[in-house]
Amino acid sequence: MVASTSLPSVADVTRSDADLQAFLHGLPGVDQVGADARAGELATRSIKNKSKARAIDLAISMIDLTTLEGQDTPGKVRALCAKAKRPDPVDPSTPAVAAVCVYGDMVGTAVPALAGSGINVAAVATAFPSGRASMAVKLADTADAVAAGADEIDMVIDRGAFLSGRFLQVFEEIVAVKQACGDAHLKVILETGELATYDNVRRASWLAMLAGADFIKTSTGKISPAATRPVTMIMLQAVRDYREATGLMVGVKPAGGIKSTKDAIRYLVLVNETAGIDWLCPEWFRFGASSLLNDLLMQRRKLHTGQYSGPDYVTID
Amino acid sequence: MSLFEYSPAPESRTVVDIAESYDLFIGGQMVEPQDGTRFKTISPSTEEVLAEVAEAGERDVDAAVQAARVAYTRVWSRTSGRERGKYLFRIARLVQERARELAVLETLDNGKPIRETRDVDIPLVAAHFFYHAGWADKLGYAGLGANPRPLGVAAQIIPWNFPLLMLAWKVAPALAAGNTVVLKPAETTPLTALAFAEICQQADLPAGVVNIVTGAGETGRLLVEHPDVDKIAFTGSTEVGRLIAASVAGTAKKATLELGGKAANIVFDDAPIDQAVEGIVRGVFFNQGHVCCAGTRLLVQESVVDDVIDSLKNRLGTLRLGDPMDKNTDIGAINSAVQLRRIQQMSEVGEAEGATRWSPACTLPERGFWFAPTVFTDVAQTHRIAREEIFGPVLSVLTFRTPDEALAKANNTPYGLSAGVWTEKGSRILWMAQHLRAGVVWANTFNHFDPTSPFGGYKESGYGREGGRHGLAAYLVADETEVSA
Repeated sequence: MVASTSLPSVADVTRSDADLQAFLHGLPGVDQVGADARAGELATRSIKNKSKARAIDLAISMIDLTTLEGQDTPGKVRALCAKAKRPDPVDPSTPAVAAVCVYGDMVGTAVPALAGSGINVAAVATAFPSGRASMAVKLADTADAVAAGADEIDMVIDRGAFLSGRFLQVFEEIVAVKQACGDAHLKVILETGELATYDNVRRASWLAMLAGADFIKTSTGKISPAATRPVTMIMLQAVRDYREATGLMVGVKPAGGIKSTKDAIRYLVLVNETAGIDWLCPEWFRFGASSLLNDLLMQRRKLHTGQYSGPDYVTID
Repeated sequence: MSLFEYSPAPESRTVVDIAESYDLFIGGQMVEPQDGTRFKTISPSTEEVLAEVAEAGERDVDAAVQAARVAYTRVWSRTSGRERGKYLFRIARLVQERARELAVLETLDNGKPIRETRDVDIPLVAAHFFYHAGWADKLGYAGLGANPRPLGVAAQIIPWNFPLLMLAWKVAPALAAGNTVVLKPAETTPLTALAFAEICQQADLPAGVVNIVTGAGETGRLLVEHPDVDKIAFTGSTEVGRLIAASVAGTAKKATLELGGKAANIVFDDAPIDQAVEGIVRGVFFNQGHVCCAGTRLLVQESVVDDVIDSLKNRLGTLRLGDPMDKNTDIGAINSAVQLRRIQQMSEVGEAEGATRWSPACTLPERGFWFAPTVFTDVAQTHRIAREEIFGPVLSVLTFRTPDEALAKANNTPYGLSAGVWTEKGSRILWMAQHLRAGVVWANTFNHFDPTSPFGGYKESGYGREGGRHGLAAYLVADETEVSA
């Protein structure tokens, strides 16, 4: 909790590493046992019937349908875009997903494939997933994706710098990437699996928000653990507190490892009871996922028809 | 329906089979009360009559004590620890097998949310029986000499706030130690105790080892004053505790009393605030505040009081009050009309004394007994709501400036059952725990229970401990024979 009265100006806290460290370490700590217990308690909410149907549609509309493989090809990306537009070919009432998330070199393929659909193209940048490249390369990576037409950029922070206390460097990188984004929305990937402690997750969330992140995102999906519910809860608390302090809203995106409808609904409950209802829309909450979509589609059909169709009846793109 | 309103998710009632009328459990059988009177038990969330229950009179209590005495002399005191352990393990397993039914029954009769009976009460009941089953053949290692002996017949009187759990706290150690019992459940919540009678039968527990007599205060008095009882174990109000202490004075009866509380939950400025807020909620709104160790006095360091109160209010806005059978309900019904009146009166007193009252927006159901979660700020130590036990979902917020002041204010109460400390500083936790005059001190958590951990109070919160090795001592006579090598 950072009360509005006690939040110093961004310029003040980012004057030096020491100032930034003092601010980030001055944030209230997170008790791991308590945080895990709270996330566990919220997982026992029972979402049935009408509320389940709404939750499923909401979850579909929040998906950043993702393919981030070395073996990605234009064909694969085009197929994914087709699926993004019309997730369930036999039921046109199924909502489209929020975005398609690809590597920078695939943006040029995804943009025409999604033209006019309202679905955004998101590109990972800044030497994703490790972030181990020079600043010039990271900025060029970003500018390249934006020039190719990406609506959203998913950048990674320099975890090495963060863990060694070079907070200002992390901050300045985010600021620079944000500038390179122009009008594109910036999602900042904290890679919480490498930050290890919940205190670090809270500090990195604030750091990213202070630097101008539009979204804070848990993971690249390349490191285990990827998104977890307690980590997402702590990030939701951070965006809630940040709005309390500044009036500005920042989105949250858990990514990686969210595979089932039950999981997705548990995340929505977390959003609902932590940050609040304002975050329950694709504009402020996303799922970075690929296989999740098919499970949501199967559950959606089950709810609508009373019958479970099975994996042969949903498309595998 | 707003964007993400949760649809009703009620637990099914069909798993329970409530009889129209219940008798007394004496000598292994359900027997009609000799005095013939009966009273009704209702569901506090709907005021629906659930069943009629026998009111045990003098002859009934006498029969129950006699049955326990006979079972003690002829059977249980001659049953080996290993055999007693087998019975307790069997009971524990039966509780687990019937967990869903017991949870539903408890929620119906008590009014607390199914989420709590399902996730807290009933699992802990089984845990207490499992834990004490393990002790039954190892009493020589309890620190009470090589051959500690049981006391005999234990009269046990339990409250309505955790009906079956309090039964487990009392019955499991008594039986493990080799005593037989006569138990009286609270008059508003007798049904799970009666289901437990059935479990004793299912477990083939020898007749008379457990006897259950239902009734109100008068039945309790008859049981306490019965001359053939060796031990009284009581959980309830300090007022009744005093009467019991007076009644056993000068007799050979032993007594353990677990009474009221007015626990301080102390939040320092370096606390993990989000978790502290959860702990405050769990401390005072768990079980509608019907918890003797509830953290009803929130002591917050002045430098963070605004942040803590703002966060707390936001959090209370998410609490879901309503049908206790709904799996998403956080706050259920107040247990009885009498208790509701007490809570209402004390809240009026709080306002009259000048404290600021606040509750989140919430609609109370029309039928049944309901009280919205309530927070009083601007409370001083002199206010009655800061000193007296309310036993409801009412929190009094006070502030402090230094650790010494926090400690002084926390200890400034005639009670001493529990306390909570919230800080990221380990040394402060240890210092506070050493100096707080409270039987349980929770650090960065609240209202967590475990059968291995002794529970009990300082000062007017009672004497004796329940649970853990310490709890066994309340049901055993130490063996003081010196063994020389």
